[in-house]
Amino acid sequence: MPREGILIDTPYERMTEKQVTQIHQASMEILGDPGLMCFNRQAAEIFGDNGAEVSSVTTSDHSCWLVKVPEKLVVDALDNAPKTVKLGARNPDNTLVMNGEVPRVYFISGSETNIWLDVDFPTYVKKSDPSAEIQVPEFHPRRGTVADLCQSAHVCEHLETLDGYIRTVNIQDKDITEDNKDVNKFFASLNNTTKHVMSGLTNLKQLDNVVNMAKLIVGGEEELKDNPIISFITCLVKSPLQFVEDTTDTFIEICRRGLPVVVSSSPQAGSTAPIKEAGIMAQINAEVLAGITLGQLVNKGTPVIYGSVPVRARMDTLGDSYGSVETSQYNVDCVQMARFYKIPNYSTSGVCDAKIPGQQASIERLFSDILVTLSGPQYLHCAYGLLDCNSIFCLLQAVLDDAHFKMIKFFLRPPRINETEITEVFRQIREVVATPQKLYIRHIRPVLRSGEISMSYPFEGDGETDSVFVLAHERMKELLAKPVEHIDRATTSKIFNEIPGLLPRLNVYEEGR
Amino acid sequence: MSEDIVAALKENVIQGRRTKDDEGIEEDMAGTPGVLELTQEALDGGIPTEVIITQGLTAGMQVVGEKFSTKEYFIPDMLASAEAVGAAMDVLKPYLEASNVETKGKFAIVTVKGDIHDIGKNIVSILLKGAGYEVEDLGTDVPTEKIVEFVREDHPDYLGLSALLTTTMVVMGEVIEALKENGLRDKVKILIGGAAVSEEYAKEIGADAYCVDGFDAVKVLDAFQGTKA
Repeated sequence: MPREGILIDTPYERMTEKQVTQIHQASMEILGDPGLMCFNRQAAEIFGDNGAEVSSVTTSDHSCWLVKVPEKLVVDALDNAPKTVKLGARNPDNTLVMNGEVPRVYFISGSETNIWLDVDFPTYVKKSDPSAEIQVPEFHPRRGTVADLCQSAHVCEHLETLDGYIRTVNIQDKDITEDNKDVNKFFASLNNTTKHVMSGLTNLKQLDNVVNMAKLIVGGEEELKDNPIISFITCLVKSPLQFVEDTTDTFIEICRRGLPVVVSSSPQAGSTAPIKEAGIMAQINAEVLAGITLGQLVNKGTPVIYGSVPVRARMDTLGDSYGSVETSQYNVDCVQMARFYKIPNYSTSGVCDAKIPGQQASIERLFSDILVTLSGPQYLHCAYGLLDCNSIFCLLQAVLDDAHFKMIKFFLRPPRINETEITEVFRQIREVVATPQKLYIRHIRPVLRSGEISMSYPFEGDGETDSVFVLAHERMKELLAKPVEHIDRATTSKIFNEIPGLLPRLNVYEEGR
Repeated sequence: MSEDIVAALKENVIQGRRTKDDEGIEEDMAGTPGVLELTQEALDGGIPTEVIITQGLTAGMQVVGEKFSTKEYFIPDMLASAEAVGAAMDVLKPYLEASNVETKGKFAIVTVKGDIHDIGKNIVSILLKGAGYEVEDLGTDVPTEKIVEFVREDHPDYLGLSALLTTTMVVMGEVIEALKENGLRDKVKILIGGAAVSEEYAKEIGADAYCVDGFDAVKVLDAFQGTKA
C-alpha cells in the first residue's frame, strides 16, 4: 500500500481555464521564438534529429545551438510522458504513487543547503531580578557534513507527515570530493530512512555507482524498475531558456536508464524571468516543457515530473525571496499548469527568507505551505527545516514543520457529514438538553483518542511561558534516540565491496561502531 | 470478593464509566458494570460505605488526578470520572446519613444576577461532587435576595459565586454586602470564579478565595477542610 498523503478534494486554482490556455499558448510560442539556447551538443542533436530547427550560434567560449522546438514535439512528448509516476522506497509502505490528474499531495523535505544550524539553550538571568532565569535559543551555523545528513535522514524517517526525503544538506567533509560525493550522499540517506530518496547528482560519472547501489538494495535491475527507491532532480534548463551542458547530460543519462526524474526550473521573477505573473509563468512553463520533451525524445515513456521552483527577486538584494507572496502565487499556478498536462508536479513551499527559526520563519512557511498544499501538487517539496531561502538547514525547524503539517493535514480531511453522523447528532442533542448541566463533554470521550479531534499545539509551554523551541528540541532528541531500520548487514557489506568511494565510517556494522 | 468489587469500582472511576452503557478508555468495557452498578453491588454485598468511598471512589479519583497532571488525561476524562463518582455519592447519600458519616460539606453554587453563563459553574459542580462535596446548584441569573435566603435556610458551608461578564462581577460584591447586612457573612465561606474576576478582585470585595477553575476549586475547598477544627 502506498503512503496516503493528503487528497485535496477541490484544489485551489488561481487561473481561469482561459488563462491556463493563454499561458500554454504563450509557452509554445516562446519555444518556437526565441526558442532555447542549448549548450549541450547531445540535446541539440536529439532535437535536430526529431524535427526541431537547430542552428549553431558562435560564442566566444562555448559551443552553443539555438533550438526552436515545434509545438508538435511538445504535444507528442506530453502524450508519451506517463501520467502516473511511482516512487519506491526501502519500506514498500512508504511508496509514493503520483497521478498527474489526482491532487494527492505528498510532503517532502529538501533541499540541499550548505549550512547546518545547531541550536543550544543558554540560560539568561534578569539583571533587575537575578532569581528570574530564562532559556534562550542560540543558533550556530556551520558547514554541513555527512554525519549531519545521516542525522537529518534519521529524524525525517520519524517525522509522521513527511512522505519522502530529499537530501537536506550538502556534505562538505574534508574527505568528500566531487568523485565520491554522490555515492556517500545517497548511501547516507538510504541507510537512515526507509522513505523514498531523491537527490541531485553532482557528477555524472557517479550515476551508475548510485544506480548500482540502489539495485543492490532492492535486489536487481528489474526490482529497481518495479521499486525505484531513488530518483533525481535536474535543473537542465537555466533561466532564461538555456539548456546547460553538464546537467543536460545527466538528465539524458537518467532518462536512458528509465529512472524517475524531476525536470526542474527555478526562474527568478525580476532577474532571470519577467517580474509579472504572466511573464514568469509563460517562461517557466516553456522551460519545463522543453525538458520534458527532451526526456521523451531520449526515452519514450520515461517517468518525468513537472518541477517548478519559481521565485520572486528581493528588491533590496536581488536575491531569491521565497517568503514573498508572489512566490506562492507562481507555485500555485505551476501546479495548475502541470495538472492541465496531467503530469505529476513537484512544487515548492515552506522555504522562507528568515535566517533562524522564529516568528518570521513560521509566518512565511505556513503561508506558503497552506496555500500551495491547497493547490494539490503531487510532490510538494515543502522544505522541512529550510531557512534563509535555500542556504540553511535546521533540524529543529524540521520538527516544528512536522507539527505544522499535522495541522494542515488535519484541516484538509474531508467533512464527516452523513446520515449516520446526523442520527448521532439527534441522539446527543436530545440527551444533553434534557440534563441539568447541558454539556456535551461526556460525548467527547469516545472520539478523544480516535484521532478525530486535533490535538493542542505540541510545543505549548505552561502559562505564559513560550517554550516552543525547548520542547521541539526535546522532541528532536527523542526522534534521534529512536532506532531506524538500516540496510541489512549482508547488503551493506556488498555495497561497501562493490561501490567505490564510500566512507568507511558510514558502515554501521563496522567493528567499534 | 469484596476486594474485587472495590478494585473494579476504582478501575471504573479511572475509566470514567458511570454506568454499564458507558465506554471506557480501554476497549471492550461497554456492557460491563460501571461505577453506579458496582456501588450498588458493593452496598448489597455489605461493604462499608467508608471502604467504598476511600478505597474505591477516592482512590480512583486520585489516579485520575495524577494522570491529568501528567497530561495523559484531559478535562473530559476528569469530568467523566468526577461525574461517575458524583452519581455514586447520590446512591451512597442515604447510607451515609444513616450511619452518621460526616460529608465534606455542602457547597452552593450560583451564577449571579444579570449573568446567564454557566459552563464553568457546571464543570465546578461536577468536579466538586466528584470530590465528595454535597453540591447544590442554584442556577443562573439568580437574584441576590434568593441567594441570601438560601444561605439563611439551607446553611451551606461554602458559597460559590460565578460571573463571566465585567458588568455582572460587581453583583458578587453586592451579594457579600447583603450577606453581611443579614448577619450571615460569617456562616459561609465564599469563593468566586469566572473569566472576569481575579485574586485581587476577591480580596477587594471580601471573598474568602478566588478559584481559577474547577480543579482549583477542589484544591481550595480541600484546603478549607484542613483548617476545620
